[in-house]
Amino acid sequence: MSAPVALPRWADVVVLPLVNLAMALLVAGAVVAMIGQDPGQVLSLMIRGAFGSARGFSYTLYYTTTFIFTGLAVAVAAHGGLFNIGAEGQATLGGLGAGLVALWLAETLPAAVVLPLMLVASAAFGAAWALVPAYLQAYRGSHIVITTIMFNFIAYTLLVYLLVNVLKAPGSMSVESAPFAEAAFLPTLHEALARIGIEWPSSPLNLSFILALIATAAVYLYLWRTRAGYRLRTVGSSAGVAEYAGIRPAHQMMIAMAISGALAGMVGMNEIAGVNRRLLLDFVAGAGFTGIAVAMMGRNHPAGILVASLLFGALFQGGAEVGFEMPSFSRDMVVTLQGFVILFSGAMAYVLAPALSRLIHGIPGIGKRGTA
Amino acid sequence: MNEHPAPVRAAPPIAVRMDGIHKRFGAVRANDDVTLAIASGTVHALVGENGAGKSTLMSVLYGMYAPNAGSIEVFGKPVQLRSTHDAIAAGIGMVHQHFMLVDTLTALENIMLGAEPHALLRRAERMVRPRLTELMESTGLRVALDARVGDLPVGDRQRLEILKVLFRGAKVLILDEPTAVLTPQETAHLFTVLSRLRDQGTTVILITHKLDEVMRLADRVTVMRGGRVVDERAVADTSAALLAEAMVGRKVNIGRPSGVEVAPGEVVLDARGLKVIDALGVTRLHGVDLALRARQIVGVAGVSGNGQSELLEVLSGLLVPQAGTLLLAGETFAPTRWLTPRTARRLRLAHVPEDRHARAMVLDFAAWESGVLGYEGLPVYSGGGFLRRRRMRGDTDAMMERFDVRPRAPELASGNFSGGNQQKLVLARELGQAPRVLIVGQPTRGVDIGAIEFIHGQLRVMREAGCAILLVSSELDEILTLADRVLVMNAGRITGERAIEACTEAELGMLMAATAHAEPAGAAA
Amino acid sequence: MDEILAGTLIASTLRLATPLILCALAGVLAERSGVIDLGLEGKMLFAAFAAAAVGVTTGSTLLAMLAACGIAVLLSWLHGFATVSHRGDQVVSGMAINIIASGLTVVLGVAWFAQGGQTPAVGGDVRLTPLWPGAAAAFPGAPWFGAIVGEGLLAHNAMVYVALALVGVVWFLLYRTRLGLRLRAVGENPQMVDAAGVSVLGLRYLALTMNGVLCGLAGAYLVLAQSAAFGPNMTAGRGYMALAAMIFGHWRPVPALWACLLFGFLDTVAVRLQGVRLPHVGEVPVQAIQALPYLLTVVLLAAFIGRNVSPQALGRPYVKER
Repeated sequence: MSAPVALPRWADVVVLPLVNLAMALLVAGAVVAMIGQDPGQVLSLMIRGAFGSARGFSYTLYYTTTFIFTGLAVAVAAHGGLFNIGAEGQATLGGLGAGLVALWLAETLPAAVVLPLMLVASAAFGAAWALVPAYLQAYRGSHIVITTIMFNFIAYTLLVYLLVNVLKAPGSMSVESAPFAEAAFLPTLHEALARIGIEWPSSPLNLSFILALIATAAVYLYLWRTRAGYRLRTVGSSAGVAEYAGIRPAHQMMIAMAISGALAGMVGMNEIAGVNRRLLLDFVAGAGFTGIAVAMMGRNHPAGILVASLLFGALFQGGAEVGFEMPSFSRDMVVTLQGFVILFSGAMAYVLAPALSRLIHGIPGIGKRGTA
Repeated sequence: MNEHPAPVRAAPPIAVRMDGIHKRFGAVRANDDVTLAIASGTVHALVGENGAGKSTLMSVLYGMYAPNAGSIEVFGKPVQLRSTHDAIAAGIGMVHQHFMLVDTLTALENIMLGAEPHALLRRAERMVRPRLTELMESTGLRVALDARVGDLPVGDRQRLEILKVLFRGAKVLILDEPTAVLTPQETAHLFTVLSRLRDQGTTVILITHKLDEVMRLADRVTVMRGGRVVDERAVADTSAALLAEAMVGRKVNIGRPSGVEVAPGEVVLDARGLKVIDALGVTRLHGVDLALRARQIVGVAGVSGNGQSELLEVLSGLLVPQAGTLLLAGETFAPTRWLTPRTARRLRLAHVPEDRHARAMVLDFAAWESGVLGYEGLPVYSGGGFLRRRRMRGDTDAMMERFDVRPRAPELASGNFSGGNQQKLVLARELGQAPRVLIVGQPTRGVDIGAIEFIHGQLRVMREAGCAILLVSSELDEILTLADRVLVMNAGRITGERAIEACTEAELGMLMAATAHAEPAGAAA
Repeated sequence: MDEILAGTLIASTLRLATPLILCALAGVLAERSGVIDLGLEGKMLFAAFAAAAVGVTTGSTLLAMLAACGIAVLLSWLHGFATVSHRGDQVVSGMAINIIASGLTVVLGVAWFAQGGQTPAVGGDVRLTPLWPGAAAAFPGAPWFGAIVGEGLLAHNAMVYVALALVGVVWFLLYRTRLGLRLRAVGENPQMVDAAGVSVLGLRYLALTMNGVLCGLAGAYLVLAQSAAFGPNMTAGRGYMALAAMIFGHWRPVPALWACLLFGFLDTVAVRLQGVRLPHVGEVPVQAIQALPYLLTVVLLAAFIGRNVSPQALGRPYVKER
């Protein structure tokens, strides 16, 4: 369904998302004020925490990395006309894939072999986990929203089972695997920079950030430069048109979800290979859902997702910093804001559009352009 | 047929009077100063081609559209019909072509919905059932009240719709194309019921295009064309042939260039026994045979909804028929392995679909992306999995120039072009691959006059270039302007075939409007 | 020995199934009217928080319940505003509600109670207590009867019985009343309901209001009957499980009840079997039992093929023709 009101392209791509974001921020600000905090102070603390130091900025980029992966995952599925709520579970499986390779091979093989294998495994596990709901949607008509939600829970219990019964380090009390051998460590930024003699404060930011940037470019190329992406977008826009054009919608759904799951799975590289360096529970920590907010704010475009991921990365890092400074402020404020973003840019995207349209068309001189 | 005696009645009171009704949708005048008076206790037929404005007029009467101007009186009382609720209260009921029924509820529940006499269903049912039984007795509309509607055959569902409307106290009953989905037997039964209702004093308004039915059942008939009333008279004073002429109207073969007769070539597409049954179990195509020859345009005339859409989809590979064979470019296809859109393009069959938006272009794609839709796999447009975007843009720009698409902006989103320019872009794409067979549905629907001329010219150029063309159009003028051979479709059958020289308006009108005759086999389930 | 196990299993199943039943009924009402409700989890969570916060502050069970229902109804209306009035995406709106609830309850909890998102435990007099506290010991002469009926069936607080009774109420409402007929019709064919002169919007908002009340009760139950205090994300996916139960029950109240009881039983068993070695089977992985409701739902959805049992108009915003 297209937008019920016609907005000029610039307004639709830039102004409306900003207005919706502003609404979300405004409501979040009201909540902050309601709990007796000064929104201005919180905002400045957040900005300082996220961008004010090399260390803080590194943390911001570390969060950004994970959100880029999950945001791209949601976006690719959306271009195929599918709502993937399962990035959480797919990321969990991705981490499992990377972890299994690390536990199995890192003792005996060098990093140059182990790390690429971990990447392949994380993507493959994520893709496989997404393909089951995709298959059920494409060929059996099972609603993918429901099946991906169910698969999130199944993924979680699967990981719990494996950690408790199979992978737990002998003698350890906590539910996690033995630490990986060094060959499975994806270098962090400060480690990498130290090697070439640059000093950088320690942070979890690691080379998967580069991987995320490559994935962003690759998704852009895939969607808009390849024949496969062209066909996927055709299916996502209209199954009827795709059929006419000789494109099989079911086939494209499978491809979209495989790519989506693979992208989500790569979260495992950031969190498992880059940061925790052992397999543990809860390493995805809701990033799959943040991906939904990121994709919606970024309007499913890789460039928009990059910006939105950075914003959410900054919010998570800044929110943590505010939490240290102000004990009565919870970093879950950021989660709340995430919900508001989904509400305003997703569910209520067209509530404000008519007002905006009236506003734009009311101002003489603009609004004529772009709508032929 | 037209000689049965006029009903002798002492000028019955007027049930419905619509005066000076105007209804515009954007720039389209769907109703233009329509005045209509319908006598109480009669069957009044409203006939016309698609888009003549008869359904719009009745939607105004049923409170679904507010007219831009005009007034309505029901049984002598001026009424303001702001919603269907008002219309029901005024004693007007409508049976829609698409049934307004909930499949998962029982017949009885469907009838009661919105008019339940008690908050508890059991009580309500106990109150309603005797009244309904009585109504069923007196009208002959018998339906199994406790059956789930989803399990009822189409004829029963229609009886249920009528029953529902009567139960709400309708004194004026509007039926929109009621026989479109019925078998001949069901039609006969419906007509018995309707005559009985008339005899009991109900006023019946029948929207139809089937003139035999008008002659069989109606007392008076109003003919609409282009949003206006063009004729109104007692059925006794007219004939099906006269009505057909009034309905289709106008000049013959206007705009047909004289001379340039091209001899048709060999058969390039041969379809035999095409049979399609839809999800409701209604047979949409009853064993249609069709052959297309090179250098020939075959026009398919008919009121829409008589199987033309299914024919287009079957021939272009979008729909697999239940039976039939297709011979195309030396390959034979059967339902077990039917033509696919991709194969069709490989065999150089191009298809301009009826519904541009649902089929032919992705509205949020840039024009240059929609410009290669279906052909994106050709080596000129992609290599190594990547799109050759410069080539796509260049070719689209050339198409836009050749077909005068305005604005000539390949970057603009497809949805932002006007209907005519979208259609020109689609035609440019489909004609651009030098097809051997071209299947075209409604090529000028929603297209302005200048573009119509242009599109017709391009189709002729294709014919001269040796293409075999199938043209489906609900505009009879268009078919008479373009076609070399005319087929008439009615109720899923080809009811007539004429060379263009042998066509007369009246005869085509008769073929389009005739009621299908009962056949031993092929009745809908 | 066996009878005591059976009695506790029954009791625990009923206790764990109660919030599921309430939420599943809420889901049945919304979805039968044509509105997808993914937000059961969030509404229940927020209601639990409201019950705890108000219960702690006022010490009144009634006010705690009212607050829980009130906040859940407000969230339902938000969902209605976005999706019914403004035709927003129902799935997205439900997700938004879940995420807002999971964040905002912690934010408010931290700000108001400063216990890391927890609330203090509500007082004993605020909590719901068994209706018949002596039931388990009331049948000394008949141990089997005492265990199964006394301990298993009669040792519960009022909400458990209310939830069971509500199954009947919702069933009666849907299948035996005028309103129910209209609700079922509006989820299948809103055009027809509109043509019959009944407001589609009105019916959907009404369904969402009742949905909110039921979610509120479910949330209140978690605090007032189960945990005493609110903790971050304490619903732990129960809303989704209720959704699964509703689908499992083909959008009908009574089959949904059986699904909730099954899921409650599986939950009970999973807790009981922790570390237990069964003869012939060995140690049963608890996680396999915990995942079973979700797996069963997926399998069931896959088996739906060709048979459309969900309401026909589910998820489709109603656009009135001009």
